[in-house]
Amino acid sequence: MTMEYKTSSIVTNRPPTKRKMFGDLMARIFENKYIGWVALAIALLAPFVSASSYSLNVMTTALIFVVLGAGLNIVVGYCGLLDLGYIAFLAVGAYTAGILSKMFELPVLFTLPAVLVMTILAGLIIGAPTLRLRSDYLAIVTLGFGEITRITAQNLTITGGPQGIYNIPSFLIIGDFDFQEPVIFYYLTVLIVAGLVLAAARLGKSRLGRAWKFVKEDEDAAEAMGIHTYKVKLLAYIFGAVWGGFGGMLFASHLTAISPPSFLFLQSALVLMAVVLGGMGNMKGVVVGALIISLLPEFLRDFAEYRYLLFGVLLIVVMVFRPQGLWPPRGSESERKQAKLDADALQNGIPR
Amino acid sequence: MAQIIWDGLFVGSFYALIALGYSMVYGIIKLLNFAHGDLYMVGAFIGYTILTSLGGWATSMGLFALIIVMMLSMVLTGSIGVLVERLAYRPLRGAPRLAVLITAVGASFALEYGVAAIASPNPRGFPIRLDGDIMMVLGARVTFPQIILMVIAGLLMFGLDRYIRKTSTGRAMRSISLDMKGSLLMGVNVNAVISRTFFIGSALAGAAGVMAGAYYGKIDFLMGFIIGLKAFTAAVIGGIGNVRGAMLGGLVLGLVEAFGSELVGGQWRDAFAFGVLILFLTLRPTGILGERVTERV
Repeated sequence: MTMEYKTSSIVTNRPPTKRKMFGDLMARIFENKYIGWVALAIALLAPFVSASSYSLNVMTTALIFVVLGAGLNIVVGYCGLLDLGYIAFLAVGAYTAGILSKMFELPVLFTLPAVLVMTILAGLIIGAPTLRLRSDYLAIVTLGFGEITRITAQNLTITGGPQGIYNIPSFLIIGDFDFQEPVIFYYLTVLIVAGLVLAAARLGKSRLGRAWKFVKEDEDAAEAMGIHTYKVKLLAYIFGAVWGGFGGMLFASHLTAISPPSFLFLQSALVLMAVVLGGMGNMKGVVVGALIISLLPEFLRDFAEYRYLLFGVLLIVVMVFRPQGLWPPRGSESERKQAKLDADALQNGIPR
Repeated sequence: MAQIIWDGLFVGSFYALIALGYSMVYGIIKLLNFAHGDLYMVGAFIGYTILTSLGGWATSMGLFALIIVMMLSMVLTGSIGVLVERLAYRPLRGAPRLAVLITAVGASFALEYGVAAIASPNPRGFPIRLDGDIMMVLGARVTFPQIILMVIAGLLMFGLDRYIRKTSTGRAMRSISLDMKGSLLMGVNVNAVISRTFFIGSALAGAAGVMAGAYYGKIDFLMGFIIGLKAFTAAVIGGIGNVRGAMLGGLVLGLVEAFGSELVGGQWRDAFAFGVLILFLTLRPTGILGERVTERV
């Protein structure tokens, strides 16, 4: 172990090559502590560049997608649990907000407590029986739960069946001030999303966040060090669910109509794609990944038919050539891990 | 009652055929091949393409043409399965589980939307439809094609079982599933055997795809998704990694589903099947035949 640190310090003491200097510059820009503020400023200034209802719609949708990415990053990126039914939490949040606000003619914002309770419950129901399973079983079971959620929404009368729920009331109206106005709703979304992303990032640096990373790296070692792995994993799941619920509330409010086809497996896979592409575990990377995944289709209209094919191939390519994603968490042990992997492969003697 | 049982067994034999591929691959390299359900879809589309390009005279030959096309489709689907393994899974052998699983999701996507891009996303009608007389057996309505398809499925499964138990490749598969490193040291060509496993599993899925196309008469690029999940359920019920378990699991799942949808209504059918999966995974993750962990492929 010490040897490795030594060699790496020797490497950095060498006169920097051109490539290395470029890398340092990039690192300085990207690891700058003000980068979050810059991103927020860009988001706040974006409507001054283009404020057509179309571009506002696209941007708001992209931001909601960022919340989903942040939530799934807690589950997959921090804790290493592969959740393939993440969209179920979006559905729970969206349906809770939609049903309650319509039933009691409330602004959507007032359904927030109910949304939180329902998503936490959903997280518990899905997480409690499954989190003891091995990782690949967990993936399939969450996928099954995602499908069950959608089928349930499609078959119950309270959720409006296949038509879903429409005419969802405004997010909030104070006097003449309607938050549902596209520009105002966009700014509202920016603020909520910024808060959620920041909270998720802070969570990753907390004591709990470190426990998650430990569980991800080596569950047995974490258990041996006194971490209650089941509890920690369940907490990751519940936090992920709450983020999904927030996303669902915004989603229902933004579209004012929700129906089962919005919650297909495809959507879960796209969120996963955003997390993987951006860099599992790094909130900044995931925000970038989510923006790429949600905005890219708008720029690739001509290739609409090949879009998902491209996504699938991209997932494979990223995993084979850059498994840590575009922007991996800083100080991640990718190099050491790679060395360990190579050693393992060598030991197993299986040519790759 | 007899009707429900018969329907369950019939659907179950499809599940079993697909579950076999899942189970074999899992048994050997502990990989959940998400793309497996999509290979079933690819098989159906290959069969469709061959039949339509052959034209009217092939469709007029009915069952005989169907069997020939099914065999061709098996070979081609098997090759595609090998290709997927070579391109997507082999570079990641020894990588963390999460990475391989995500790759498998990517492979599934690539197959689904690759077919959608090539063959248009609209559903297609299968050129051959098997129609036949209805017979009453013990009060159940049984059609001739159903019997034919079940016989084909049964023969394929029987052949596979013999193959795994009696041939040297089968023995190599079993040994790899027990200890990959040991097998390598004993001179087993591990990569070749894994390729062959993918070939066989995918070929069986392809056969099921052609059969489903001919029976239901309609194919589309997402047809593999739900049935892939169900086949996984079947594999888990039987005990994943166990070939006979997968066959049994398929039949059991078919029956459970038939009775379940009778009980709670057809629109809940899929939810019911996944509920069974979750129950099994939490209560008995080793499956029905799970004790025999020592002998798995």
